[in-house]
Amino acid sequence: MSDDLRELYQELVLDHGRHPRNRRHPDSFNHEAFGKNPMCGDALVVYLMLDPQGVVTDCAFMGEGCAISMASASLMTEIVRGKTVDQANALFAAFQHLATGEGEVDESVLDEDDLDRLQALSGVRQFPIRVKCATLAWHTLHAAMQGEEMVSTE
Amino acid sequence: MVAAQPLLKERTDAPHAAAPYDVEAVRREFPILGRTVHDRPGRTGKPLTFLDSAASAQKPRQVMDAVRHAYEAEYANVHRGLHWLSMRATDRYEAARETVRAFLNAKATSEIVFTKGATEAINLVANSFGRTFLQEGDEVVLSEMEHHANIVPWQLLRESHGIVIKVVPVDDDGRLDLDAYQALLGPRTKLVAVTHCSNVLGTVNPVKSMIAMAHERDIAVLLDGSQGAVHLPVDVRDLDADFYVFTGHKLYGPTGIGVLYGKRHWLDRMPPYQGGGEMIHTVSFERTTFAETPAKFEAGTPPFVQAIGLAAAIDYVSGLGREAVAAHEHDLLVYATEKLEAIPGVTILGRVPGKAAIVSFTMDCAHPHDIGTIIDFEGVAIRAGHHCAQPLMERFGVAATARASFGLYNTLGDVDRLVAALETVREMFGR
Repeated sequence: MSDDLRELYQELVLDHGRHPRNRRHPDSFNHEAFGKNPMCGDALVVYLMLDPQGVVTDCAFMGEGCAISMASASLMTEIVRGKTVDQANALFAAFQHLATGEGEVDESVLDEDDLDRLQALSGVRQFPIRVKCATLAWHTLHAAMQGEEMVSTE
Repeated sequence: MVAAQPLLKERTDAPHAAAPYDVEAVRREFPILGRTVHDRPGRTGKPLTFLDSAASAQKPRQVMDAVRHAYEAEYANVHRGLHWLSMRATDRYEAARETVRAFLNAKATSEIVFTKGATEAINLVANSFGRTFLQEGDEVVLSEMEHHANIVPWQLLRESHGIVIKVVPVDDDGRLDLDAYQALLGPRTKLVAVTHCSNVLGTVNPVKSMIAMAHERDIAVLLDGSQGAVHLPVDVRDLDADFYVFTGHKLYGPTGIGVLYGKRHWLDRMPPYQGGGEMIHTVSFERTTFAETPAKFEAGTPPFVQAIGLAAAIDYVSGLGREAVAAHEHDLLVYATEKLEAIPGVTILGRVPGKAAIVSFTMDCAHPHDIGTIIDFEGVAIRAGHHCAQPLMERFGVAATARASFGLYNTLGDVDRLVAALETVREMFGR
């Protein structure tokens, strides 16, 4: 099997892809957004509970898609819990940088463990067509935090 | 003929035996099939296993030679030059029209309009026929298995002209519900626009009887032949189709060329779709009169080199024998169906007897995009996605499928390589 392929489908990705965490419709949430990748038809909804201080107390999602999109959504819901909106936005920027090589990352505000886990998805960089699979959940999270109802990766 | 055969016919022979069709000789005419993919400096990649012909087919040398010759030796603008070379190019372009006429068994070349593809041909009908013969509240009947190219133009007409779209449902095997179809044909129905052959399910629709049913009520019928013209013999007069569209690049021809066949009595009464040069009779600022069909619908310099390439593709396919190609593709379909069904967790969408060599499937362990990415590394090229048929995906409750589509150059070995690559997917994703 090719190294690129192994890099893309790491154990952590396969695990989260097979058994996505926080794929559920939460009883209570105060932000949600619908995200769609028109090219492939993948769609998901991200649900957020933000407390008055702007801290993510719960993050969940619903949707089906490829292993990459499910693993990315699953890891994201785990990582952003307990983060402030600003920290979550910084993670979004870091993830975009990881997936595309574009943009700048301010690592000073980021947790090293979180970055290590996100690194598991950096294999998509070798697969331009799959980058959107990995970033869909993050775009949708971003939209939910901004109070937008819908986002498209196009 | 594929349409008359059951999907899984009795086999008494070994897969390779007694085949009059020399697929290896055919493959030698397609240089690209000899290449490898995922090559890297110092390392040769995997041989290409191309199973995405329903998206676009590869081109034989005959087509590339015809295109090259047209540019190298016979190129000048058509229809307006007084010089020798222009007349030569015009002759070639019009000869291509005759080749298409014969291919479809149309009555006259005046019924053959060149377009840039099937999509443009449908848009032409939606605009020109639609604006002329459809009024607010009139109905167009489509089917649930249509490609977006045969849905969206009608939706645009719905927005601009208030027409109503009715949809023939598809059953679990991928068959159109003809009772529902009959019931949808009403006093306000003005046009039926359905596919000859589904690009997802491979279903070959009973278009001849559907046309007869529509004609009993004086309803015109457009057939989307994007797949049909590739896999099936087409006789527009036998079918009695009012319009038949197809595209060149799926038929082993160049990109940027398609065909609209229309019955003369419709084309004569339809206004131009686009304005420009070539399509006029006389122009003044007060009044312009239009040329006769087909020039009326071919504004501007047409893609005549591509039309010449398309004619070469048609000659090539006809030279192989359409029956022989159909029989070969049928063998591939039967073999692929057997092999894929034997893989645990694989489900095939589209099980109508007589289907074309297009196999859409899902795997319970992996999403189609993951399947596509992984088997690509084995050199196997398939399509994964919604295939521009989202309503059909919704009908079957899937977001996407993987699709292996076969062409006249595919081999049983290609099927074996697909199956082996899918085993890699199962190794990776199998629980």
